[in-house]
Amino acid sequence: MRRLFALIPLLAAVGLIAALGWPLIEGRNPQELPSVLLDKPVPAFDLPALEPGEPGLASGDLAGKPVLVNVFASWCAPCRAEIPRLQGLAEEGVTIYGLAYKDDPEATRRFLEVLGNPYARIGVDRDGRTGLEFGVYGVPETYVIDAAGVIRHRHVGEVTDRVADATLVPLLKELAQ
Amino acid sequence: MIRATIRALPLLSALLVAALLVAAPAHAVQPDEVLDDPALEARARTLSAEVRCVVCQNQSIDDSNAELARDLRLLVRERLQAGDSDDEVLDYLVARFGPFVLLEPPKTDSTLLLWYGPAALLGLGAIAVAGVFLRRRRTAAPTPLSDEERRRLEALLEDDESAGGRST
Repeated sequence: MRRLFALIPLLAAVGLIAALGWPLIEGRNPQELPSVLLDKPVPAFDLPALEPGEPGLASGDLAGKPVLVNVFASWCAPCRAEIPRLQGLAEEGVTIYGLAYKDDPEATRRFLEVLGNPYARIGVDRDGRTGLEFGVYGVPETYVIDAAGVIRHRHVGEVTDRVADATLVPLLKELAQ
Repeated sequence: MIRATIRALPLLSALLVAALLVAAPAHAVQPDEVLDDPALEARARTLSAEVRCVVCQNQSIDDSNAELARDLRLLVRERLQAGDSDDEVLDYLVARFGPFVLLEPPKTDSTLLLWYGPAALLGLGAIAVAGVFLRRRRTAAPTPLSDEERRRLEALLEDDESAGGRST
């Protein structure tokens, strides 16, 4: 009995190491924060368009069908890298709205001319206030919004093939039903 | 030339000391962010020191040079100017970025272990150490030999002596 008691510190240490080590092994990124807006309606915003005469982007536009909202900027390298993948999604019929975050409209225009434009609509968030409302802390960020205008998922970082195939596309399909 | 330099030394050192005293530690807060109302600005500084810069994660927005930290500093000042209380400003930030933006985590169910775990471990350790010491004290004082035991001991010692004498 006493010998069993002596094992307690060892078991406690093993338990602690396992509990602390598990998130590392699982590959969880400690930099990634869960969005507090998850399962909440998108914050109210109304942004001007990139091109004069075109419709801008407002929170009201996000209701109706499941869409992606992609926060991007021409000064952000991963944004550049994910454009082809986003274009692929757009060709598959996914509606993607762009939020040009703290970017010079002229630079955004050039960025889209060179790389292509996957966005059905673009809202220009020149001072980043709408980004703050969303809790954006690093571009690119991609939000999945359902037909009721509720945020269902947030991905921080580049939309890679893996992210698109494993998370975004299945979730959009599920929401479309 | 040299003599002139030597004569100027006290003045030079005084200037150096004055420069060191005047130089304030560098802050991330830019002059254009500072509010006109000193009381409001002081509150903004105190609040900023409690808010985590979510990009650089272990710095407060008051320390951080990150673009987002600047945006948040301006936001804090804007809310204060709009008449928000300190708690309202923090709630506003938490509603957008989650409780993680607070450098001091709030005491909720999920942070119970974080707040009280170390104290609980220390308490358990103290109990264990106290237990060990109590047990040691209980066994420390040996009971004196009884008469019977003494007689047996003496007999054994005598035996040993005679045996030792024979063996050599």
